Amino acid sequence: MKQNNLMKKATPYLFILPWIIGFLVFTIGPLIFSLVMSFFDWPLTADPTFVGIGNYVKMFTSDKQFLKSLTISLKYAAIFVPLNMIIALFLAMLITQPVKGVKIFRTIYYIPTVISGVAVSILWGWILNGDYGVLNYLLSLIGIKGPKWLVDPAWALLAVIIASAFGVGSMMLIFYTDIKNIPIDVYEAAAIDGANPARQFFSITLPIITPTILFNLITSIISSFQQVTLVMLLTGGGPLKSTYFYGLYTYNNAFKHHKLGYASANAWVMFVIILCLTALVFKSSSAWVFYETEAGGTEKKKKRGGKK
Amino acid sequence: MKMSKTSKVIIYILLGLVAVYFLSPFVYMFFTAFKTEAEAIAYPPKLFPAKWLFENFVNAWKAQPFGTYLWNSILVTVGTTAGQILSCSLVAYGFARFNFKGKNILFMILLSTMMIPWDVTMIPQYMEFKMFGWINTLKPLIIPAWFGSAYYIFLMRQFLMGVPKDFEEAARIDGANSFQIYWKIFMPILKPSLILVGVLNMISVWNDYLGPLIFLQDRSKYTLALGLASFKGVHETQIIPMLCITIIMIIPPIIIFIIAQKYIVEGTSGSIK
Repeated sequence: MKQNNLMKKATPYLFILPWIIGFLVFTIGPLIFSLVMSFFDWPLTADPTFVGIGNYVKMFTSDKQFLKSLTISLKYAAIFVPLNMIIALFLAMLITQPVKGVKIFRTIYYIPTVISGVAVSILWGWILNGDYGVLNYLLSLIGIKGPKWLVDPAWALLAVIIASAFGVGSMMLIFYTDIKNIPIDVYEAAAIDGANPARQFFSITLPIITPTILFNLITSIISSFQQVTLVMLLTGGGPLKSTYFYGLYTYNNAFKHHKLGYASANAWVMFVIILCLTALVFKSSSAWVFYETEAGGTEKKKKRGGKK
Repeated sequence: MKMSKTSKVIIYILLGLVAVYFLSPFVYMFFTAFKTEAEAIAYPPKLFPAKWLFENFVNAWKAQPFGTYLWNSILVTVGTTAGQILSCSLVAYGFARFNFKGKNILFMILLSTMMIPWDVTMIPQYMEFKMFGWINTLKPLIIPAWFGSAYYIFLMRQFLMGVPKDFEEAARIDGANSFQIYWKIFMPILKPSLILVGVLNMISVWNDYLGPLIFLQDRSKYTLALGLASFKGVHETQIIPMLCITIIMIIPPIIIFIIAQKYIVEGTSGSIK
């Protein structure tokens, strides 16, 4: 009987055991190790030497590239995150319109997301080519002389933003499922009261989806800081390091220059920045995010429950 | 809701314009893959090839051991997907259907691991796998997936939380233990969620570039993504083979997505709150 009881107590832990092991071996272990490494000068081929906070000091005082890369990533996030969210929201509104065949469009918009990574980088590298790229050809048709996107430092960052906006689908889908869950009668009531579509969007849709906006905001800030693959393949960080993103800088320090300790310190700085930005967003969110449990949420919940 | 004819027309025009934006790169890429190299970089560009060179695909495939790359990609994709489905469902079941000491703290920890940038754990992981002797094998790409990913566990847990509490009661009265209940009752219920996680994982692993780039060295171990990217370095100007392989590589995820999109759309809903 006693053994039975013990077994009963242990059962839930047995279920979550895979994650616990994985967490220790692949997350927390490496995390601690990485923090320790960041206090060492650790070339791949030689023994590590303890340098204290030397790596961190070096970053802020003598390594010009650190601040440059950080600025580029911040700039990218500042443009990309809001732009991507507005596009995603616009597309989500578009595919929630009650017209025939709209599902096909939803599929089309999502497909670029399915083929992220190398394929998208190659595709855009070719489209954005300054000599024979089709984008500049299309621009020339309307009388604009397109820039040499990927080889002009003034335009390369924008080129990366254009290419990454191609993967807007997953965010669009998250907005879409949220908007679709808003009961139609809410809109009908508003329409009777004389609210036009724009008014309905700003007074009904937008407030209801604020939790989703928060979610998308945070996840896209995090992912924009970790952007590596696209820049690596599209521009390689160039021209003149104009797209040398922070993620690429960290990657190169680790796996190209084999400065493992220094790169670990880079990564921790990134971690702290992400945490600060996320905390900031969370802190501000009480002012603009409305949760279902607050006023007006009961109706919506009922509808959702009834659907299942 | 009623909608006027004009607003319908406007919506279709907008839908169509956006569709053109998303589709035209693929269409253009598809036609270009059949052209000669000179035609591909000709300016002004033409949409259709003067002559359809189907052998472009054969030549591209032969330029590197793409058969091997494909096999490696399949191994990694199938290997990780099996692991994710099994371990994530176990863990999600543990978190969703039991009460135990430390559950909330552990779950908070699980959620917060999603915030850790890839870069922070990647460097020590690289050293760890080096110590294990896993570098230049497919192991570092496959084995971690057998311990579950926070995001997928979270998705499955959300799904399981929605199943009524008394669901397992009957089975328990019949004498089934927790693992039998998990396997025989909850795995079938979880099917939509398993498909969602499986598809999301397949797509991301199939497209993954950085993982293989860090852990693999020999060409015999390369995945398709890595092989395709190496094309770019070796033959900077050869656009045609690159486009051909790109087309071959994007077909499987598109097919999988189209088949399973119902689960992706449904699974996305309610996963955030």
